[in-house]
This record gives sequence, structure tokens and C-alpha cells, in this order.
Amino acid sequence: MEFKDYYKVLGVNREASQDEIKRAYRKLARKYHPDVSQESDAEDRFKEVGEAYEVLKDPEKRAAYDQLGANWKAGQDFRPPPNWDEGFEFHGGGFSDADAAGFSDFFESLFGQGFASRAGPRGRGRERGENTYAKVLIDLQDAYEGATRQLELKHTELDEEGRPRVRERTLRVRIPKGVRQGQHIRLAGQGQPGIGGGKAGDLLLEIQFKPHPHYHVEGRDVLLHLPVAPWEAALGATVKAPTPGGPVDLKIPAGSGAGRKLRLSGRGIPSSRPGDLYVVLELVLPPARTESDKAAYENLRKALDFNPREALGV
Amino acid sequence: MTRREHQSLSGELLDEGGELTLGELCRICSVSEDRIMELVEEGIVEPGGRDPSRWRFRSVSVRRVRCAVRLERDLGINAPGAALALDLLDELEVLRARLRRFERG
Repeated sequence: MEFKDYYKVLGVNREASQDEIKRAYRKLARKYHPDVSQESDAEDRFKEVGEAYEVLKDPEKRAAYDQLGANWKAGQDFRPPPNWDEGFEFHGGGFSDADAAGFSDFFESLFGQGFASRAGPRGRGRERGENTYAKVLIDLQDAYEGATRQLELKHTELDEEGRPRVRERTLRVRIPKGVRQGQHIRLAGQGQPGIGGGKAGDLLLEIQFKPHPHYHVEGRDVLLHLPVAPWEAALGATVKAPTPGGPVDLKIPAGSGAGRKLRLSGRGIPSSRPGDLYVVLELVLPPARTESDKAAYENLRKALDFNPREALGV
Repeated sequence: MTRREHQSLSGELLDEGGELTLGELCRICSVSEDRIMELVEEGIVEPGGRDPSRWRFRSVSVRRVRCAVRLERDLGINAPGAALALDLLDELEVLRARLRRFERG
């Protein structure tokens, strides 16, 4: 098990005041909060910061952690000394079962056991289990056709004796056709088990689309940028366009300019009120590589009296 | 310590057209009615219907309530602060999507 340097994680020195620790934590929490941050490792960093703060914000835990000594280096192989926490009394404040799932083995080995006995069954008789939440990443195609996705889920629950136990599950979940970004699928009874014969909580899956190289999704609508040749836009043409539901023949009206938006009604995400597919025209210029390419452009220049900068007054 | 399970399931899609009552939203988000009322007051979620007993929430409310609760808990901000953060995050998401479109290729 690796030693964790909680002071280093928060970027404070070992003599930092409780206020300094709090400020450092708040700053990092804002930076790495998974709802806010775009950093790819935001969730891991946020958990790490949360774990460090969990220990250092609590003078009891901080003192116990400090007496492990200042000579440990982050990443060093660590085993808690026997009875390392002798004489320390902990009052588990602000520690929830849900949070424990994300904490490291290092944290668990130091503070896990002590908390477990207090976080155990609360003796309130029958109680419904808590809901659990997870995100599920799907392809846009899945929303058009429906799919079955395999999910690996990990969470901590308390066993009969109130000890936290990591539970790993592989669920195969049917993704119904027509789902949209941000919608939830409720799997009744798949959350935390109930206490004292109470019903289990629900598992709620939030749908998120993987970014697609060609399509952009806005609610029910889907947007596609379609490259067209200048003559297709100028003269009009019928061209092949891909859609998530399969390729279609798309009529481009004569005299279309770059950025023109064509609507394919009902070809967005299907549902009782299906979305639309918007095709945005993107003009692509053919390269002038050969002599005859150049001659063709030259002819065009001679034939058209065209100033693209007319609107700029030059 | 670790238990593995395999199962195949199909769940219930909480549809945007389908609507959630105050009680259902509380249950799904694991928060109290008072908390939801506070969030409604801040405009974080906007139910249809006149009084709480007739309130109907769209399914997107689940995400907003959960996000507000997380922000309040993790960053120590209050409901108006969470409301501001959510509005800015929404705006940011739209702008980032637009940016991705322009940067594509």
C-alpha cells in the first residue's frame, strides 16, 4: 500500500492552520469538482483532495496522521504500525458511506475500521435503502436504435456487522430507443439494500452521449456539417448525406451559401415527438494542383466579376 | 470483501415528457421536500403546476437537483450560489459544444 502525503495533496505545509487547510481544499475542490472541471482526471483528483481534507480538517485525525511521522514520502510502501492509533479517539464527523467508496486503501487502513463500527446499522428499524447513481456513456447510434450496454459498477455498502464492503457488479442494461442526453433510467431495487427488511433503493443511470466526430446533439435535434462543392451550392444538386439512421439523398437548393441550414424533419433522435436533423452546408474548394485545374479557376475568374470583399468596402 | 454479480436488466426511462411529482423527485434524488422547495425558490428547477401538491417536474430536474446538492456539499456554497453555478455551467456547455464544432477537423 502506498503512503499518501495529504499535505502535499492539498499543497500546504505540515504547520498549516486549519483555516489554511480549508482554503486550500476549497480552491482545489472548485478546480477539480467533477460537475465543473474539464480536466480528464478531475474525478480522481477530486477524490484525492477530498480524502486529504477528510483527514486534515479533523484535528483528531490530523493529529493521528501526523504522529505517523514526517519522514514518509508519497508513494512509499506503507503498512500502518501496530496500534498506531492507540490513544486517539475519533468522532466520525462528516463522513458518509457514499464518500468512503472513493477513498484509498491507505485511508481505509488508517481510519476505515474505526468508522465502520459507528456507521453501522442505526437501529432505526425498517429503512429503505439509499438510491445510487451512475453515468452511462452511449453512442448516438444507441439512441436511434436502442442497445444493451454492459456497465461495471463499484460501490461500498455495509455488511451485516456494519463493515464497509466494496461490491462490484456487472449489469447489462437495456438502453431504450429515443433516449437523450441527461435523461435518467431508473432500475428499481438496484440501489443500496434496505435495512431491517426495508426495500432496496433504486439505481439511477444518467445518459451521456460520447462525442461523435460528425454529429452534434442538441436535445432531440442532431446537427451535421456537410461538405459541398461550390458548384453544388451554386447550381443546386442532390447529394448523399449520412444520417445516424442511414444515408439519405439530400436536395441542395440552387444559390445556397456556406452555413445554410437545411432541416430534415423527424430525422433527429426518434421518440413520440422525434427531433430534427439539421444539415449545415460547408463549402469546400477543390485544390488547384494540375495545369488544367488552374485553367478551370482562371476561366472562373474571367467569367465572374466577383469581389468577395465587397462588404468590407474594398 | 468483494462480491461480483452479473445480471441483465431493463429499467424505466424517466421521460422528459413524462413528469415527476414532488414526492417522486425527492425519492429519486434522495433529498427532502424542503430542499426541493428551496431549489424551486432559487429557480434551479422549475416545476409546472401551481402549488407543491400539483407540481410536476421534468426529468432533467433530477440532474440539476443532484448537481446543486453536490456543489453545495462539496464546495460549501449556498442555494443561490449553486443556482448561479448551474446557470453558468449550462452556458459553458453550450459554448463548449459550439467551440468543438468550430475546432473540428
